[in-house]
Amino acid sequence: MVSFIQSTVGKKYLMGLSGLVWAGFVFGHMAGNMTILISPDLYNAYGHAIVSNKILLYGTEIALVSALVAHVILAILLTKQNRESRGTRYAAKPNGEKAASFASEWMAIHGSIVLVFIISHLVTFKYGPVYETTVNGVVMRDLARLIYEVFSNPGAVGWYLVSLVLLGFHLTHGVRSIFQSFGLLHPAYQPAIKKAGVVYSIVVAGGFISQPLFVFLTRAVAA
Amino acid sequence: MSGKNINITLKVWRQKNQREAGAFKEYVAKNVSTDASFLEMLDAVNEELISKGDDPIAFDHDCREGICGSCGFMINGNAHGPLKSTTVCQLHMRNFNDGDFLTLEPWRAQAFPLIKDLTVDRSALDRIIRSGGYISVNTGNAPDGNAIMIPKTAADEAFNAATCIGCGACVASCKNASAALFTSAKISHLGLLPQGAVEGEKRALNMVGQMDKEGFGACTSTGSCSASCPKDISLVNIARMNRDYMKASFSKKPETHAGDGA
Ligand code: HEM
Ligand code: SF4
Ligand code: FES
Repeated sequence: MVSFIQSTVGKKYLMGLSGLVWAGFVFGHMAGNMTILISPDLYNAYGHAIVSNKILLYGTEIALVSALVAHVILAILLTKQNRESRGTRYAAKPNGEKAASFASEWMAIHGSIVLVFIISHLVTFKYGPVYETTVNGVVMRDLARLIYEVFSNPGAVGWYLVSLVLLGFHLTHGVRSIFQSFGLLHPAYQPAIKKAGVVYSIVVAGGFISQPLFVFLTRAVAA
Repeated sequence: MSGKNINITLKVWRQKNQREAGAFKEYVAKNVSTDASFLEMLDAVNEELISKGDDPIAFDHDCREGICGSCGFMINGNAHGPLKSTTVCQLHMRNFNDGDFLTLEPWRAQAFPLIKDLTVDRSALDRIIRSGGYISVNTGNAPDGNAIMIPKTAADEAFNAATCIGCGACVASCKNASAALFTSAKISHLGLLPQGAVEGEKRALNMVGQMDKEGFGACTSTGSCSASCPKDISLVNIARMNRDYMKASFSKKPETHAGDGA
């Protein structure tokens, strides 16, 4: 067990597992937040339902935080080890198929930006100003109001756009890499897996991006 | 096919040995026949260097038929040059144009110490083989052909993996200098066949262990290895290696003898 975790192969299993937790979460988070496109009340009611279910809330939070901590620690260890293994870099850059894709070459970089994004996102919303509203007679946090406030600022919308595109890149490589790390690659499905990774990333990143854009544009039209 | 002649400028990594610092040096290969192989072109450059009393460029080669795995260096950042499924000895000058500028660098990896110029020490790969790249069989008369049934698909996959010539291009082209493609090819080649499956778990544990010990990096699934591999070894082998290693790690049983139990 210890030697498994110390091995490069074992670390990649854990990297994949922790990435999978987040890859699954971002889809659910994106899908749920789509309610903001329908109505602020629906969005608030949806958010309230989630935070009211303490088991679900804390369970998810514990899973996400531990997965993120593991993912980041392993990312640092593996990136360091891989740099050392490479040693001298080449003077000339490869091209064509022999070169690594943009997404795969820069995993540690866009991953780090995603980390900064996750923290700033939590500070902005989860730990941001608490407004209250009443939906169907129930008093709850008015997160929709905060969202409208934040995304009336084009700078914030831009930062979300950039971060979410990078998350998309991280996912395109991450999702297909999981299959290899977990040993699930099979000759017949190899191209399908690659495509599925791209589609999944576009759905997640595209879905997320639509939300600040929608808020910003409807705001701009209303104002 | 009658070829024409071209001129090529080469920027070659020259380094006497590990202790002395190396540097790039430029050479012009004049009047190169496009029918020549890349190594024949270098031979001609070396002839000229020798005639001038200079030290020839050291590079590894043996069969020059693409089967031994001795040759290999980077051409403009690509392992074994710009073509796919080719060793540098099977790369011909007709794939280049008059006036091309080519940077030649040795395989680079912490686990491949430089010997001289374009030659590196790849014995780390041999040590991975030694750690488990074999099967244990009794010697004696040759068994009957087909006495052991092997599914065609398993034989195909094992044979594909067995075409790995151990050149090290996978390590050289990987941004992490990972030897996952090489190691997994050996693990698949033996583990897919009934004779090799017996020691499959031990093999996966030992070969991955040796691979890590040699200081190769972790696979991040970039696919550069497979694209640079002269034998097109598939990434599917790496997945199989990971699976075998995982299974072996969690099902490892100590060896016991009759009477050990209470
Ligand atoms: C929403 C957040 C994130 C998700 C969904 C995610 C997802 C993934 C996935 C699925 C993988 C592939 C694992 C494998 O190869 O088996 C991965 C790899 C990786 N991630 Fe993340 N990740 C996230 C955040 C981060 C953060 C914050 C960092 C950096 C601090 C990071 C750095 C890396 C690195 C360096 C790799 C390894 C690259 C490779 O093996 O190719 N990730 N990530
Ligand atoms: S897997 Fe391919 S690139 Fe790597 S050593 Fe074998 S033949 Fe060479
Ligand atoms: S010299 Fe034998 S493979 Fe190139």
